[in-house]
Amino acid sequence: MESKERETEMGLTRGAGSKEGGNGWEPKITAFVCNWCTYAGADLAGTSRLKHSPQIRVIKLPCTGRIDPLFILKAFERGSDGVLVSGCHPGDCHYTSGNYHARRRFATFRKLLEFLGIDLRRVQFSWVSAAEGAKWAKMVNEVTRQVREMGPFEGYRKISDG
Amino acid sequence: MGTFIMDGKEYEADESRTVLEIAKEHGIDIPTLCHHKSLPPYGACRLCLVEIIWGKKSKLYTACTYPAWERMIVNTASEKVMRARRLILELLLAEAPASPEIREVAGKYGIRETRFRGRRKGEDNRCILCGLCTRICQDGLGISAIGIKGRGDKRDIATPFDQYSEVCTTCGSCVVVCPTGAIKLEDISRHAARPITSEFEVGLVSRPCIYIPFPQAAPNKPVIDRNNCMHFKKGTCKICQDVCPANAIDYSQQDEIIEEDVGAVVVATGFELLSDECYGEYGYGKYPDVISGLQFERLLSASGPTEGEVKRPSDGKVPESVVFIQCVGSRDLSKGISYCSKICCMYVAKHTMLYKHKVHDGQAYVFYIDIRSGGKNYEEFVRRAVEEDGAIYMRGRVSRIFERNGKLVVRGADTISGTSVEIDADLVVLATAMTAQPGIEKLAQKLGVSYDQYKFLSEAHPKLRPVETNTAGIFLAGACQAPKDIPEAVAQGGAAASKVLGLFSAEELSREPIVATVDEESCVGCFYCQMVCPYGAIEVKEIRDRMGNLVRTVASVNQGVCQGCGVCAAICRSNSIDLQGFLDEQVYAEINAL
Repeated sequence: MESKERETEMGLTRGAGSKEGGNGWEPKITAFVCNWCTYAGADLAGTSRLKHSPQIRVIKLPCTGRIDPLFILKAFERGSDGVLVSGCHPGDCHYTSGNYHARRRFATFRKLLEFLGIDLRRVQFSWVSAAEGAKWAKMVNEVTRQVREMGPFEGYRKISDG
Repeated sequence: MGTFIMDGKEYEADESRTVLEIAKEHGIDIPTLCHHKSLPPYGACRLCLVEIIWGKKSKLYTACTYPAWERMIVNTASEKVMRARRLILELLLAEAPASPEIREVAGKYGIRETRFRGRRKGEDNRCILCGLCTRICQDGLGISAIGIKGRGDKRDIATPFDQYSEVCTTCGSCVVVCPTGAIKLEDISRHAARPITSEFEVGLVSRPCIYIPFPQAAPNKPVIDRNNCMHFKKGTCKICQDVCPANAIDYSQQDEIIEEDVGAVVVATGFELLSDECYGEYGYGKYPDVISGLQFERLLSASGPTEGEVKRPSDGKVPESVVFIQCVGSRDLSKGISYCSKICCMYVAKHTMLYKHKVHDGQAYVFYIDIRSGGKNYEEFVRRAVEEDGAIYMRGRVSRIFERNGKLVVRGADTISGTSVEIDADLVVLATAMTAQPGIEKLAQKLGVSYDQYKFLSEAHPKLRPVETNTAGIFLAGACQAPKDIPEAVAQGGAAASKVLGLFSAEELSREPIVATVDEESCVGCFYCQMVCPYGAIEVKEIRDRMGNLVRTVASVNQGVCQGCGVCAAICRSNSIDLQGFLDEQVYAEINAL
């Protein structure tokens, strides 16, 4: 009983849709992660056999500083309902300062997203280190839950339809 | 300069030096009591009287004050001198009958009794008014907390108006320099002396300001503790420099910053122990007989403060029962340490065995949660502690340590028998948790090495790359990476060294092909990329026409320095620089595919 509840919470059971989805809609979340911290942390979650929602699609980059804001927009264009960007903790970037550039870049980018009317909760940022497998799993579950509540991202579909 | 004759031999005269100095230099023994190499001579004790003959006149003078004039004749052991010396010793014996040091010197000259009666202070007196204490306080240290008061038989060492001194720093120099142990700090200052405790002896004994940290120190030379040294604090003293026979002390030395270009770094910064005050219930700091495992280690050591005898810190008695408590801080999430410190089960077993070997009638008790003895012969070792040396192991934790009837009572649980137990202990040893060195995160950030929530440095792969870090050229060894014992630390050290050798033995440095490249056609030369590159890998390249005129400047990547982070690619305004292996095209392809 207990494990079934957990599976429902994580959206692992079929047909766990949200308010607008119906039809077993599952959110699609794209994660841009840095290779040295978050990707290693996610790997650790895997080797530790920690379970988390499967709706997340991970794109590995050498550093969060590599991320162009256009990547995020492209992800939404291609059907993502949420985007997660995760890197090394401040001070711990493998390339010294890449995560600081990322942080500054996205502070500005969020303003643009807000202007465009995109719900800011769909784009989340975090620091996950290589030792934080459990934090990664928890965060993925949390983001998935939030995006599921918000429903599918209609912004781009509306443009292409009409 | 001329010469003078001492005991029949000729010596070079030097009126800037005393007869005593020259005698000492040539091995002529003249006894002294009030002389100190670092202080100006005083001539108080009169023990160094020697016969000085000028022409026909012969008189007795103190060798410590008399200059080494030329053409005089000195006799240090003539009949006249010996008679005077014996008389002086008799007088000193009368003055300070309670001093074993005076008895010893007097005994050397055959004086065992005295016909005089000391009137100054009676049978308990040790002070011979040599003035060393006042001279070191005034001339040596410049403090002048004590001085000489009174005249005749009322002459004595005292503080101004016999009040507790306000300026006394309880440095203890007077106590150290007193030849008869007559002076006590409690009579001078109301403050207790706060000795500087030896770091190596984990606070069990004090150390002076100039000290050799431990017998195996390399270099094996004394070092001055600038924060406490009177010379550096007040500009006085200099006694160490005065007494050093090799003239090796140089107060003007400064810290040097040395820059070296190196190809690899091995970080082996070791560990620190969690503060024993982590469990207030155990009374560390409150009860002097509750000590840490490291302190017990020093008590057991033959080169330690008790020369290897197990003695309680409080009264120096040999403890008949010792309780060891394992897992103090380790495996305890409420203390923020959920890991096991690995070494404690083994060293506690070792401690129980060594304790039993030294104190044959002693009884060791160990409170444990589990016994972790996984190494080669480790399990058999712990069994021996139980079976051969009679250590009593109890599975349970200790809730409290308190004093009752002069004993330390350790109240804990024995889960195997299901009872609570109370043990009257003479000594309690806490096996506290191993932690990373404080401040290691700053070093790690400078080197670009990651670390976990406990500040242990992160290895590149927990199974396959235990001595490398994610930063090329930086390696790890020892307890800075995780708690471990000596054989493991040694193995890691060897592994790290061999990795370094592997790195150095290749003729070329090979690297991953993930580097940035510039499309020189579209580059506008804004050099934003250069500003953000953490490694300074972007250089300025000049594009010139066939005449050699400068057309424009563009960015160019030094592929030996570029580490492949891609920050330049993200910031480029004209989309001219891209990261091979993670090109914009490639990332878009991934996004499309997902």
